Amino acid sequence: MNLLNAILVGFKEIWAHKFRSLLTMLGIILGVSSLVGMSALVKGMENGMREALVAVGGVERVRIEQADIPAEQAHLADQAPGITMNDVYALKHNATLTRLITPEMRLRNVTITRGGRHATPFIFMGTWPSALEMNEHEIQYGRMFNEIDDESARSVCVIGTEVRDALFGSPEELGYDYNPVGQQVNIQNQVFTIVGMFKYYESEQDRRRRLAEQARLQVAAMTSTNSAGGASRDRGRGGRGRASWVFRVKNNTVYIPLNTMWLRFRTAAGTNNTPDPRLTGLAIKVADVDVLEPAIEQAHKALLRVHNGVEDFSFETQENWAENIASAIRNARMSGGIIAAIALLVGGIGIMNIMLASITERIREIGIRKAIGATGTAIFIQILVESVVIAIIGGLAGLVTSFGLVHVLTSISPTDNAPEITFLSCAVAFSFSVGVGILAGLIPAFKAARLDPIQALRYE
Amino acid sequence: MALIELRNVSKIYFLGGEEIRALDNVSLDIEAGEFVSIIGPSGSGKSTLMHIVGCLDSPTHGTIRLDGVEIQGASSRELARIRNRKIGFVFQFFNLLPKLNVLQNVELPLIYSGVPAAERRRRAMDALKLVGLENRVRHRPMQISGGQQQRVAIARALVNDPRIIFADEPTGNLDSQTGETILELFRDLSRQGRTIVLVTHDPEIAAMTPRRIEIRDGRVAPQVNPKLAGLDRFPAAQAAGANTPV
Repeated sequence: MNLLNAILVGFKEIWAHKFRSLLTMLGIILGVSSLVGMSALVKGMENGMREALVAVGGVERVRIEQADIPAEQAHLADQAPGITMNDVYALKHNATLTRLITPEMRLRNVTITRGGRHATPFIFMGTWPSALEMNEHEIQYGRMFNEIDDESARSVCVIGTEVRDALFGSPEELGYDYNPVGQQVNIQNQVFTIVGMFKYYESEQDRRRRLAEQARLQVAAMTSTNSAGGASRDRGRGGRGRASWVFRVKNNTVYIPLNTMWLRFRTAAGTNNTPDPRLTGLAIKVADVDVLEPAIEQAHKALLRVHNGVEDFSFETQENWAENIASAIRNARMSGGIIAAIALLVGGIGIMNIMLASITERIREIGIRKAIGATGTAIFIQILVESVVIAIIGGLAGLVTSFGLVHVLTSISPTDNAPEITFLSCAVAFSFSVGVGILAGLIPAFKAARLDPIQALRYE
Repeated sequence: MALIELRNVSKIYFLGGEEIRALDNVSLDIEAGEFVSIIGPSGSGKSTLMHIVGCLDSPTHGTIRLDGVEIQGASSRELARIRNRKIGFVFQFFNLLPKLNVLQNVELPLIYSGVPAAERRRRAMDALKLVGLENRVRHRPMQISGGQQQRVAIARALVNDPRIIFADEPTGNLDSQTGETILELFRDLSRQGRTIVLVTHDPEIAAMTPRRIEIRDGRVAPQVNPKLAGLDRFPAAQAAGANTPV
């Protein structure tokens, strides 16, 4: 009895008991689809997290911030200089593994007004033009301020789209994308000229949703003759409120030149009587993720020297974040995987149960087959193949189902991230189901193979 | 050399610690081409004898030679092979597989001996022609009569061209008229030179065969007791049997 024949017999057996086979397969179908669906959800989560990580500058970006002096150096507190431009130059000269350095001087609770409208950006920061690259910003209109602007402390600013929306009106309000370049705004009652605006940042998921919405509305506009074009564009950006936090913050940013910040807000303005030369912090970007550790070590040494050995600064890497992502993903995958594996196992037990019932039902058939010359091995293979065929069909059906499941999950789940079915998860789920089928078939097949032909023939 | 040689064959079961001798020191020969009936009341051990000679079971003691090969110590795999190649079985309840059609049922032994599909089909058709069912090949066993089913079973027993055919009460589940046609088929096969062993408790059928082996209490009776086997009622059949070449 060759394998092809055995498979054919298996199919016939399944077809002869359609409903029973379907119920049996259901366990495998659910197991496979939950495994694939779960991993698709986790993958979506991971994609979203990685996207956000890249949006804040990637793993290569390290922030250096002022920190409390360690207890053993408390007596040196008055010598602690804080983070200053000295640090920036020290790093520039000595930290060779660092590719990019940008000083950051932030101001909180800033109000920007124009006409009757006002905006309070999440991030209002004086920095160098390199902040553009450091923080993965892209310019949509105008330009980033440049070294000359910084050198001469010009009152120019680059704003994010949400700031623009607050001051000039969003595309939803206006029906078109307003270009604020050249306009003047008041920042803390000082006049600034907008020289550029960043792109609108959003997660991949939101972008896709927005584009789909737009396309749908365009089709609707084309089919209905008297619909206004403006309305369709206007509703096209409806999904924007759902953008994750990282993207909201990024859109709610205003950058001005560092020197402008220093002159306008730190020396003359506010309640400070003496100018405060300290930076809020600085960001460095290392040449490569692989040298992150040595680069931090290098920067640490360079700073320690400038800071007279007082360790009043700390490094904040995105690596922790990346690690958190990795461990969160690992945990989600692990728990989901265990649940799905249990589902598959239950499916396998279902198969075993049915195969045991099936061989009991067919003891006589097995006896006949043995009497006319089937060896135990041939019977063993036949039963095993039947079980595996059920598992394979169930597995394939499960893969098909998982696509539907993921579709449903996407539409009902609150997550920002589109689940993504990976080939690997499909392959794992499928091979797992086949493995379960083999395992579930072993005991029934063994029992069937060992049946005594005489007993089996007499069985009623 | 006889086709089948049994020497001091015993089969002993233990049921609840009690020893049951289903076969007790049986020795007998069956020559190639013989048409033999094994008779005896139920529980006499005739089925056990058939199972052992038919390689479905192994004896506890004694030696069996089938076609010159000793088989008493054979593994179940070797026994399956012998059943497949050298032995054909016909059962009282036909024992066809209900999910397969007539042709597939007849092809089944050939599948287990690894015959390629085209030849399998040809040989199965030949066997079905021999029993006169070549125009019923697509029917399921449940769609044909009992007599036809038994003929399918006979075709299945013949398809591998076995050295010997065992028929266990082949007419036991058929009406007498149909049974007669089945027995006629066996007589035809015997005339073609096939070795056939009929196992029956029915003296009428036993009377038809040229040679009878009577089993009583697990032993071969020294000679067939015509009265006991009920054969005295069929003198004509006895005479007719005697004329059949052995």
